[in-house]
Amino acid sequence: MKRVGVFLCWCGSNIAGTVDVGKVAEQARRLPGVVHVEENKYTCSEPGQAAIVKAIKDQRLDRVVVASCSPRLHEATFRRTVESAGLNPYFFEMANVREHCSWIHTDKETATPKAFDLVRMAVAKALRNEALTRGSITIEKRALVIGAGIAGIQAALDIADAGHEVILLEREPTIGGRMAQLDKTFPTLDCSQCILTPKMVDAAKHPNITLYTWSELEKVAGYIGNFTVTIRRKARGVDETLCTGCGVCQSKCPVKVPSEFDEGMGMRKAIYSPFPQAVPNRPVMDRANCTFFKTGKCKICERFCEAKAIRFDQEDSLIEVKVGAIVTATGFDLFKVEKYGEYGYGLYPDVINSLQFERLVNASGPTDGKIKKPSDHEIPKSVAFVLCVGSRDEQKGTTYCSRACCMYSIKHAIQFRDKVKDGRAYVFYMDIRTPGKSYEEFYKRAAVDYGVEFIRGRPSKIFSRNGKMVLKAEDTLLGRPIEVEVEMVVLAPAMLARNDAAKIAQTMSISYDGYGFLNEAHPKLRPVETNTAGIFLAGVCQGPKDIPDTVAQASAAASKVIGLLSHEQMATEPMIARVSEALCSGCLWCKPICPYQAIEAKTITEKVQGKIVSREVAAVNSGLCQGCGACTVACRDGAMNISGFTNDQLLAEVDELLGASRPACAAE
Amino acid sequence: MSGQSARYAYYPGCSLHSTAREYNVSVRAVAQAAGVELVEVPDWNCCGATSAHATDPFLAFALPARVLLQAEESGLDILAPCAACYGRLMTAKEEAHRRPDLVARFEKAIGRKLGPAPRILNVLEFLAEPKVAETIAAGLKRPLTDLKVAPYYGCLLVRPSKVTRFDDAERPTSMDKILASVGATPVDFPGKTECCGASLGISRVDLVVELSGRIVQQAKHAGAEAIAVACPLCQTNLDGRQGTAAAKLGEAFGLPIYYITELVALALGVAPGRLGLGKHLTNSLALLRQKKLA
Repeated sequence: MKRVGVFLCWCGSNIAGTVDVGKVAEQARRLPGVVHVEENKYTCSEPGQAAIVKAIKDQRLDRVVVASCSPRLHEATFRRTVESAGLNPYFFEMANVREHCSWIHTDKETATPKAFDLVRMAVAKALRNEALTRGSITIEKRALVIGAGIAGIQAALDIADAGHEVILLEREPTIGGRMAQLDKTFPTLDCSQCILTPKMVDAAKHPNITLYTWSELEKVAGYIGNFTVTIRRKARGVDETLCTGCGVCQSKCPVKVPSEFDEGMGMRKAIYSPFPQAVPNRPVMDRANCTFFKTGKCKICERFCEAKAIRFDQEDSLIEVKVGAIVTATGFDLFKVEKYGEYGYGLYPDVINSLQFERLVNASGPTDGKIKKPSDHEIPKSVAFVLCVGSRDEQKGTTYCSRACCMYSIKHAIQFRDKVKDGRAYVFYMDIRTPGKSYEEFYKRAAVDYGVEFIRGRPSKIFSRNGKMVLKAEDTLLGRPIEVEVEMVVLAPAMLARNDAAKIAQTMSISYDGYGFLNEAHPKLRPVETNTAGIFLAGVCQGPKDIPDTVAQASAAASKVIGLLSHEQMATEPMIARVSEALCSGCLWCKPICPYQAIEAKTITEKVQGKIVSREVAAVNSGLCQGCGACTVACRDGAMNISGFTNDQLLAEVDELLGASRPACAAE
Repeated sequence: MSGQSARYAYYPGCSLHSTAREYNVSVRAVAQAAGVELVEVPDWNCCGATSAHATDPFLAFALPARVLLQAEESGLDILAPCAACYGRLMTAKEEAHRRPDLVARFEKAIGRKLGPAPRILNVLEFLAEPKVAETIAAGLKRPLTDLKVAPYYGCLLVRPSKVTRFDDAERPTSMDKILASVGATPVDFPGKTECCGASLGISRVDLVVELSGRIVQQAKHAGAEAIAVACPLCQTNLDGRQGTAAAKLGEAFGLPIYYITELVALALGVAPGRLGLGKHLTNSLALLRQKKLA
């Protein structure tokens, strides 16, 4: 006979305020198998846990039910308590009478019987709980970091410094990402490249880091501790081992196309390195624009390359690497501001976006840091910065706030006032949001010390008049329509998830939200983990954020990876699928349904009526299975079960619930 | 629809029978020249315009809904040249999907079932219909060469974009293309989609003078010699108030305000005398004579 102990938690007044715990205790005492019932003000407290241990020993309990909060909060706590008293931790069962009952009801009369229902269901399941043991897997002590912007570089360096190997993957020709495009960083006005390039060089030189640029993620297989990743190394057109990075090929190449790195504000060649401090300092060949690939003639770069490093016949290659953990740091795209037809981007050359302004104001940019109008290359005497272009606009853009635009636009206004002493800078805003260390002070400095003019109003239209740009808006502080004439307009675009974010997420079996941002496992308590064990997030791929937050998150993700890689083995939860080979008919309906490719066919031989026969059955790879339970639903034979959540256990709960209501039905 | 012979149900609305009679004349002239038959919706009523939707949401739906019901029998697409009529019909069509309560009340009141609404076209969409556009292109007799015209869409024709689903609400180009197709030079100007003041022309003349004046001024400064419109109220305001506005701004405008159909009809060889251009307040003939188009 099983001996069940039931521990009812008050959680102060959180539960006891809405549930008559004494009454539930009284009823629970009469449940079959229950030999001990106890109330506690806080079961999770030290005395609360001690009471459980004491009862297990004194009452010789072999099953424990705690009715308290969500298992997400304290299941692990109570399992440890039960284990410390010498019981198998999976003999423990939890009834959630707080989130599922007291917090969502106000009426004690109805909440109390519901709480009891939850308790007796848990007791019914506990009576069928089995002893389970955790497994263990060997950990591949190497990490993959996808994306080598500041988030990826930071995570890679932290992991590498802790002594683990890192593979740093970047699809562009160089590492550095968005931060390499920026001029100064707020609120300290540090030169972005000056603080970034040393990290880029560190990453390239670090003995523990292997850098793959101009390379893309092709496939991810496996599971935490044991991922197998396929990487596509795109044909660079250059033998990286021979190339000296002298740059002659770029200077001789006759083709000029708008530079992606300069956001179209400058030109690059068809064989190019995006910027002088690029890492690695090896050019790539842009085949779409290369004259040789278009016409079959040219090869000027090859003629001038002294190192004989040019390779027109190079092809993509696939490599496979084994890693134990993955950090996803894939960054973001910018909202296409041309979606605001009324702002005239694309129509008026002097209406640009903020990243283009970064290139204009950047000392190593196409204008050597001189802020010049694209239309006539004159220095503008007035510039308007328009915030929230695509952000906080459900009509045309996204609902969310992009978080960095207020601060970088204020920075832009300061930089403009600094460079053009007699210039006027206007910032059109809805709200100025400056939550961050020294941010509000930066905003104040812009207004007070730099005389930046802040206008609360979202422009309704931008048009040209006598060669100048006119912004029409309502100044909502004055409550009056206004027109402001300027020589240049800078639109601050929303930060968007990468347009292929969904594909990246699907490749790795991690989830993403409606905007395409990759989902963290918990918004507060597991901010850098994903729901797929072993895969972590850093930077804007998870949601808009600025550089300080990105770096902090990258280091957090790195610390999670370091923690994981510091073990030789790791324990695995036993709640995974298992097949009853006796029941399995080998239909394998479970196989295509499994999102983790954890089910394979297996041939078994058995004796049937004296004869040896072979047949196929399903087999679960315990390393891959995440215990989602999809296969158990698909299984027609009832052969598939999740340990700890077997069909038998779950049906016992349902039977318990319906069994009590049966007399009432019969009375009708 | 395009498989059938070129016939359209025609909903002129109150304006085209009164203050904007010349618009009616030019729409019919273009239709005739393009070989399109216009079948006037039998026993049509007012669309409700601003008055209905400013006072009674049900009436605002019921009036245009009845027009749609009247047009249903013909089975034809509806041409509604007035921008306000077009807006009201499109809104009713959209509301019929969204508001079963309004539909039920309407059907009870009128004793008939409201069927699925046909396509509703404004005059720009009509002129861009493949068959119509082809006939216009083939039938050009007097291309409007050298005539610089600012296409003015106003606010209603392209908005609300969720209802009209027509052109880019902020940077429309459909009229620009039509003007170019008849040989004129479309002049892009910032006032394209600004409001002319609309029915405030009766109660707040000062505002309409300011709003319409600014539109005419922007067109003039952009180098336009005339403005093309596709709405009776826009025409009235830009045409009738530009004199007062010019005096206020200390400038001279004298920009003729043509209906787009008038310009197309002229290009198709319709005699200016047949189009009622004399009804416009700002001299509309002098420019045409100067350009040897009349």
